[in-house]
Amino acid sequence: MNGDKLVIGGHEFNSRFILGSGKYSLNLIEAAIKDAGAEIITLAVRRANTKEQENILDYIPEGITLLPNTSGARNAEEAVRIARLARELGCGNFVKIEIMRDSKYLLPDNQETIKATEILANDGFVVMPYMYPDLSVARDLVNAGAATIMPLASPIGSNKGLATKDFIQILIDEIDLPIIVDAGIGKPSQACEAMEMGAAAIMANTALATAGNLPLMASAFRNAIEAGRKAYLAGLGRVLTRGASASDPLTGFLRD
Amino acid sequence: MVRINGEDVACSGKSVAEYLHSAGYDAGRVAVELNGNIVPKALYGDTIFKDGDSAEVVSFVGGG
Repeated sequence: MNGDKLVIGGHEFNSRFILGSGKYSLNLIEAAIKDAGAEIITLAVRRANTKEQENILDYIPEGITLLPNTSGARNAEEAVRIARLARELGCGNFVKIEIMRDSKYLLPDNQETIKATEILANDGFVVMPYMYPDLSVARDLVNAGAATIMPLASPIGSNKGLATKDFIQILIDEIDLPIIVDAGIGKPSQACEAMEMGAAAIMANTALATAGNLPLMASAFRNAIEAGRKAYLAGLGRVLTRGASASDPLTGFLRD
Repeated sequence: MVRINGEDVACSGKSVAEYLHSAGYDAGRVAVELNGNIVPKALYGDTIFKDGDSAEVVSFVGGG
């Protein structure tokens, strides 16, 4: 397991848990990162508030890779603008593209996401596009220069789990980039299942932000993601279509 | 007047650095866009707001 690295745009990570930082207290961020074992944390870009003295960057430990998202973008142009502002904030060149035209279901606009990916990849960003799991779109994202593909499991913030499981599996099987399951993962068991399927990593935010005890849930997710990864590397046992297969010897029974 | 983050601000003639300081922003924690173009941090002192300019001052917040 020691040599098992997650590689994104040439950068190596040991952790396969990407942590969100939304909807919870800044005071919990450090504990969440520590208990999650996370090395990447997502952030959003918004108009700065002069009255707010606290800055989220002061709560994130050294050495953690920041992954700004382009939330709020409604098209490729707005996503590119937000990504460039994020880079100007001086914390690296990673970006998670998030483009939504729809505020009810918060579903990503795959076509605009392809356009933004191409522009930002050409501009030197490590581009991690959030997308609706569609094989053709994923192939276009690869060609556009994406560093990973981030398909949604179910709608953002829903905690509903792997609603798109079969389509994520297709991406895992066919796309030669890390597939990072993003959005909708609500429980550690769901994160574990995605990792068993061969997902490269899990991104979660709401599952932790809405948990009773956030750091404890971060730790539970960490264990589940590590368990799923080990199971994937070990190779899952086969499933019988019918009947049974004894685990015990079929000789030496205590009978006449 | 200069339109900054959606509000009219009387800061024509001020540099970006002066405005950020007077408004209470931490210049090291924000990015500034002026009329659609990013202002590099090194140019905050030399970039002067003019009447009718439109600017955005952004920072990181928690998000997924």
